Amino acid sequence: MHFGLSETQQTIKKSAKEFFSAECPMPEVRRLMETEHAMDDALWKKFAEQGWTGIIFPESYDGFGLGIFEMAIALEEMGRALVPGPFISTVLLAGTVLERAGSQEQKQKYLGAICRGEAKSTVALLERSGSWNLDSVMVRAKHQDDGSYTISGDKLFVTDAGIADFLLVAVRIEDAVALLLVPSDAPGLTKTLMPGVDLTRRLYQVSFNKVNVPAANLLARGPKAREALEAALDVACVGLTAEMVGGMQRLLDITVEYAKTRKQFGKPIGTFQAVQHQCADMLFLLEGARSSAYYAAWMLSENDPGAKAAVSVAKAYASEGYRDAGNKSIQVQGGMGFTWENDAHLFYRRAKASELAFGDATFHRERLAQIIIDK
Amino acid sequence: MDLNLSAEETKFRDELAAWLKANVPSDWETHRLHDTMHDRFDFLRKWQKRVFEGGWAGVAWPKEYGGRGAGLMEQVIFTEEMAKASAPPLANVLGLALIGPTIVAYGTGAQKKRYLANILSGDEIWCQGFSEPNAGSDLAGLRTEARLEGDHYIVNGQKVWNSYGWAADWCALVTRSDPASQKHKGLSYLLVDMKSPGIEVRPLRQLTGESEFTEIFFRDVKVPAENVLGTAGDGWNVALGTLAHERATLGVSAQIAIRRQIDRLIELSHEVEANGTVAAQDPLTRQKLAQSYIENEVLRLNQMRAVSKIIQTGAPGPEGSILKLAWSESNQRFQIVAQEMLGAYAQLTGGDFAIDAGAFSYAYLRTRGNTIEAGTSEIQRNIIGQHVLGLPKSY
Ligand SMILES: Cc1cc2nc3c(=O)[nH]c(=O)nc-3n(C[C@H](O)[C@H](O)[C@H](O)COP(=O)(O)OP(=O)(O)OC[C@H]3O[C@@H](n4cnc5c(N)ncnc54)[C@H](O)[C@@H]3O)c2cc1C
Repeated sequence: MHFGLSETQQTIKKSAKEFFSAECPMPEVRRLMETEHAMDDALWKKFAEQGWTGIIFPESYDGFGLGIFEMAIALEEMGRALVPGPFISTVLLAGTVLERAGSQEQKQKYLGAICRGEAKSTVALLERSGSWNLDSVMVRAKHQDDGSYTISGDKLFVTDAGIADFLLVAVRIEDAVALLLVPSDAPGLTKTLMPGVDLTRRLYQVSFNKVNVPAANLLARGPKAREALEAALDVACVGLTAEMVGGMQRLLDITVEYAKTRKQFGKPIGTFQAVQHQCADMLFLLEGARSSAYYAAWMLSENDPGAKAAVSVAKAYASEGYRDAGNKSIQVQGGMGFTWENDAHLFYRRAKASELAFGDATFHRERLAQIIIDK
Repeated sequence: MDLNLSAEETKFRDELAAWLKANVPSDWETHRLHDTMHDRFDFLRKWQKRVFEGGWAGVAWPKEYGGRGAGLMEQVIFTEEMAKASAPPLANVLGLALIGPTIVAYGTGAQKKRYLANILSGDEIWCQGFSEPNAGSDLAGLRTEARLEGDHYIVNGQKVWNSYGWAADWCALVTRSDPASQKHKGLSYLLVDMKSPGIEVRPLRQLTGESEFTEIFFRDVKVPAENVLGTAGDGWNVALGTLAHERATLGVSAQIAIRRQIDRLIELSHEVEANGTVAAQDPLTRQKLAQSYIENEVLRLNQMRAVSKIIQTGAPGPEGSILKLAWSESNQRFQIVAQEMLGAYAQLTGGDFAIDAGAFSYAYLRTRGNTIEAGTSEIQRNIIGQHVLGLPKSY
C-alpha cells in the first residue's frame, strides 16, 4: 500500500506542470479571459497534440488511455496555472457521457472528435431549480412519429456552451431521463451568456424552441442515461476537485511569498503570528483537500463501491477549503490583495464557480448523509 | 498510488483479524463505560499482555527487542483491525507511541534490550516528564536540574501535567544537565525509575474531575549515568524526536476513536428527536453529521499519506503538526455536534437518563484538553508557519 505518487505519476505531474506553466502563464490567462470563450484554437490544438483532450479515453477513440488518478494529478497542474476554458466540460463531462452512453458509432464520431481536439462540447443539465439532482430534470423531448425528438425548454448554467460544437442535453422523454446530442447550430437553439464571477469560464442559458433532432441523436434513455450522467458527474467532480487543489496550492505559494517580502513595522509581515496562522490554515486546508481528492480519484479508478462517498467527501471539503484559502490569501495581502492587478482574485473567482459546479458542500454533505445515515 | 494491500499485508491483516476474533474480551464495553479510571487501566494492562504474548504488540519494532519486525504500514493495519474488532486499546500509551520509538532511534543496544520488551508487554508503564510549571509551550526553558556526580546524576526539580504519572514505572525525563546553559543547549534526556527514592507523585485533578495527570517532584533523586538516552547535553534533539512521534502517531488512535463515536451518534440519530422530527431526518442534523464524517475521513487520509511519506523518508517531520491540529480540532467540533444533537440529554453525566452512561458529556469535557496537550494549537500553527512554510521566526 502506498498513498502518494509513483515515479511514473510524478513524471506525468511534472510534465503537466511544465506544459501548463509554459503555455498558460498569468498574462496569457488574462488575455484569454478577455476573449469571447476564454480559449483560443491555437492553445486547444496544443492541448490535443499533448494528448490532454483524450486523456482518459481508450486509444481506439484516439484517446491517451491514462487512468482517472493520472487525470486528477494533471488537472491539479491545470488548476495551479488557472488554465481557462472548456476542458472540464468538453473532456471530462461530455467525453465521459459519450463514453458511457454512446453507441459504438456515436463514440467513434463524437468522442473521437473530442479526443483529437476537433470538437468541443458540454452537458446541459441544470434548469431553473439550479439543482444537480437528476430528478430535477424537467425539460421535455417529444418523440415524433418519424422517430425524431423535439426539445422545448430552458437549460441554465451550461458551462462553455458558447464554444461547444454540440451539446449533450439531459431531457425527459415521457417519465424517463434521457440524453440527446444536439448540434450547436440546430434551428431553434439559442445561447445567452449568463455573466458570472469566474472570468475564466463562461456560463450560458441555452433555450430550445422546438429543436428537432433525428432518432440517431438519442444517446440513452432511462437507467443507462442516468448512470452515464452520474458517472460523468463523478469523473468531472474528481477532476474539478483536483483542479481546485492546484488552485489552493498556487494561492498558498503567492501568499507565503508575499508574507516573506512585504514589510511593516520594520519586519516581514510573515513574522507576525496572526499572519503565520492564516498561512498555516491555508496549508491545513490544502493538504486535506489534496488527500481527499487523491483518494476519490483512486476509488473511482478502482470502481470501488465507496467511490461515491469519497467523491462527496473530497468535493465538500475542497468547496469550502478553496473559498477559505482565497479569503485568507487576500486578507494577508492587504490592499494589494484587493486590486485587479493582483492574481488572487482570479483564483478567488474560480473558487466560487468551482464551489458550485457539480454540487456545493451542502449538496455533497446531503449525498453523503444518504450513504452514511440512511444506509 | 496503490491503496490495495500487498500479498504480505493481506496475510498480516487476515492473521491478525483471526487472532482478534478469538481473543478480544467480550466485556470491554462494560469496563469502558462503568469502571473507575484505575480499574479500567488494570483491565487494559492485562489485555496488552495478552496482545504481547500473541506476538502482536510493537508491530513495527525490531524483532530482537520483542517487536514483530514488520513495517509501518502493518502498524497502521494493526490499529485499523483493532478498531474493526472493537478491541480495547493498549494500556501503555506513552511507552508505545512516544518513548519506545525514541528509544529505538536513540538507545544503545543495552538500553533497547532493557526497556523495549517491557514496554510492549505492559510490564513497565511509562510517563513523559517534559512540562514544568514555568516551561510549557516554551519547553526549552525547563529548569529541572541533573547534576553529574561520578557515575550518576542527582536530579532536583518539578514536572507537571504528567499523564499516567500515577501508573508509571518509568519516566522519560528532560533535564538541564549543564546549569550554566540556556534554552536548547545543555539538556539531557534521562530514563528514570519511578521507584527511586526522592520521587513524589501527586495527583492533579483535571476539569473532568478525574486525575489523569500528576505532578512529579524530584528531590536528590539518583539516576545512573548510563540512563541518558542519546548523548548527554543533546537532550533537546532526543526530546524533539519524542514530540514528532507525539504529533504524528497519537492521531491515528484518536481518528479511530472519533469515528466510533460518529458511528454511535449516527445510530442514536435514529432514536432521538431534533427540530420536531427524528434527528436522522432533520436536514440540519444530517449536514452536521456528514461534516463530522468528512473531517474524520480527511484526517484518516492525511494520516495514510503521512505514513507513506515516513516510510519513504524515515522519520516524521514537522508536517505532523497538521495531523495534530486536525485530530484535536475536529474532535472538539464533533463533540459540539454530538452535544447539539442529543440536546437536554447531552449534559447528563450519569443516572437513568444519561445516554451511554454519560460518555458524550465526558467526551465534551475531555476533548477541551486536546488542543492543549501534545503542544497547543497555537504552537502547531507556529510550527507550520515557521518550519514547514519557512516564514520568519517570531520568537
Ligand atoms: C490533558 C493533558 C495531558 C498532558 N500530558 C502531559 C504529559 O504527559 N507530559 C508532559 O510533559 N506534559 C503534558 N501536558 C502538558 C502540555 O504539553 C502543556 O500544557 C502544553 O504544552 C502547554 O503548556 P502550558 O500549559 O504551560 O501553557 P502555556 O505555554 O503557558 O500556554 C498558554 C497559552 O499561551 C499560548 N502560547 C504560549 N506560547 C505561545 C507562542 N509562542 N505563540 C502563540 N501562543 C503561545 C498557548 O498556545 C496557550 O494558549 C498535558 C497537558 C494536558 C492538558
